[in-house]
Amino acid sequence: MLESILMIKDPSARITYRRNWGDYYLIRITSPEIAQKALPGQFIMARVSDRSVPLLRRPFSIHSREGDSLEIFFQSSGIGTTLLAGKKEGEDLDILGPLGNGFDIKNGIGKKRATAVGGGRGIAPIYFLAQELLAMGSDVTVFYGGKTARDLPLKERFEAKNLRLMCSTEDGSLGFRGFVTGLFESKMDQLNPEIVFACGPDLMMEEIAGITKKNGIPAQLSLESIMGCGFGACWGCVKKIRMSGAEEWTKICQEGPVFPADRIIWE
Amino acid sequence: MTDLSVDLGFIKLKNPVIAASGTFGYGLEFAPFMDLKKLGGFVVKGLYFSPREGNPPPRIAETPSGMINAIGLQGVGVKNFADEILPELKKYDTSVFINVCGEDEEEYARVVDFLNGLEGIAAYELNISCPNVKKEGKCPAQDPEATYSVVKRVKEISRCPVITKLSPNVTDIVEIAQSAEEAGSDAISLVNTFLAMAIDIETQKTKIANVFGGLSGPAIKPLAVRMVFQAASVVNIPVLGMGGIATGGDAVEFMLAGASAVQVGTANFIDPDATIQIIREIETYCKNQNIDRVEEIIGKVQI
Repeated sequence: MLESILMIKDPSARITYRRNWGDYYLIRITSPEIAQKALPGQFIMARVSDRSVPLLRRPFSIHSREGDSLEIFFQSSGIGTTLLAGKKEGEDLDILGPLGNGFDIKNGIGKKRATAVGGGRGIAPIYFLAQELLAMGSDVTVFYGGKTARDLPLKERFEAKNLRLMCSTEDGSLGFRGFVTGLFESKMDQLNPEIVFACGPDLMMEEIAGITKKNGIPAQLSLESIMGCGFGACWGCVKKIRMSGAEEWTKICQEGPVFPADRIIWE
Repeated sequence: MTDLSVDLGFIKLKNPVIAASGTFGYGLEFAPFMDLKKLGGFVVKGLYFSPREGNPPPRIAETPSGMINAIGLQGVGVKNFADEILPELKKYDTSVFINVCGEDEEEYARVVDFLNGLEGIAAYELNISCPNVKKEGKCPAQDPEATYSVVKRVKEISRCPVITKLSPNVTDIVEIAQSAEEAGSDAISLVNTFLAMAIDIETQKTKIANVFGGLSGPAIKPLAVRMVFQAASVVNIPVLGMGGIATGGDAVEFMLAGASAVQVGTANFIDPDATIQIIREIETYCKNQNIDRVEEIIGKVQI
């Protein structure tokens, strides 16, 4: 609770690059201090309007880091993401970051044979993670799942990296037909991962927790939530987590968003 | 150089800006990236006697120019606070207010009794107005007799000044404000959040698991200004105004309506240093208006 926060507020992070695939967007923002401190699995809170609608900042996982810049990847779906999607190169964005505790890849964990699973927009932090794991010398497999082929716009980005990519779509328009968790489970024996990382909606995370538990493999799961502030002040984004013995409503933004799978209580 | 200090009678604040309870953690969370001693003060998150689990998620929902929350006063309890947090807060040379909660009158008294005598407490703020812990948002601040009774009980034992935090979910704020004053409250603070509800039309479920929550943010500001004006017009104790303050101009508006000081809540979520910006903007306002002492504007609205 009393950990010091390394959060930085950058009211004028410059948007230097923007592209989209349908309603999926990638935005690159120059923010040297935040970019340099960022770790995979951490996120930023972006102010998408200087008016009071929408009032709150929006959380975005850090998708990648390139020197003094960081990238976010998101789907425009609501009022906040639609406004952000409308921002142009050259505009400034007010961001807070880096926030939260990311994936734990210290103490040799990052060298292990790793599998990372991203569902839908949950793929966002997996790219940054995969880059760091590759730099540490890990053997990396990435599972990327979505509803249709159009929901896997980052496929080529991952293919350009020195890793194994396995795709799934619910309608079978690309790769395995079905949920990404089904594809992941079917490949467990073949890949025999030593560590599993995942990000996506709660139902998917619960599935991954079940599959990895059954196989006795440690997993780190990045949870999604509505957030009020992103830095622990509002207590809005809780999940039941086993903390030093007791089960507590725990702030995803501050203690997470990444938690060891075996500490998350699925209600 | 404008004099921003305000005198509440029982305490003098460096400036009229206080961070509101439930939006500022226990204060320490904000210490790494802002200078706490620049604040008039801050109110720590509501404390019950024992640690409290809080409500299940979803706990918050955004609404036009506002947000609804039903956190349910999750917190560490009074003993953990006194042992681990309060001693740390002394370092920051600012006024620390303790938001006191209770399931019943007895618990308010137990919390105050436990904290009595500890160093570093400027005053207690009695939270008799949280809409998120009882069914249908019920709280003592909705009834003049219940308000009188709990304030009286706490005043009998308290060794610190007592501020009573009032609910806007009432028909007549004036009678509640007067009850708090008659019971001996040293000040009143208002408003807590407005009981509210939002529904997701896709899932057809309520956006808050608790069904009801408290609405805060700029959306409630005109309602809050009106209630502060009404209360300040009838009581002779200081009024701490709050409800949707996001700028120095908003703070000035509450002071013109009769608030001796203001509390800033939801704005802290959007900008962790919102309070500091607001202090700066109040100072700029005073300079532009040739006001030497900010206290001069209290209750000076022209009608």
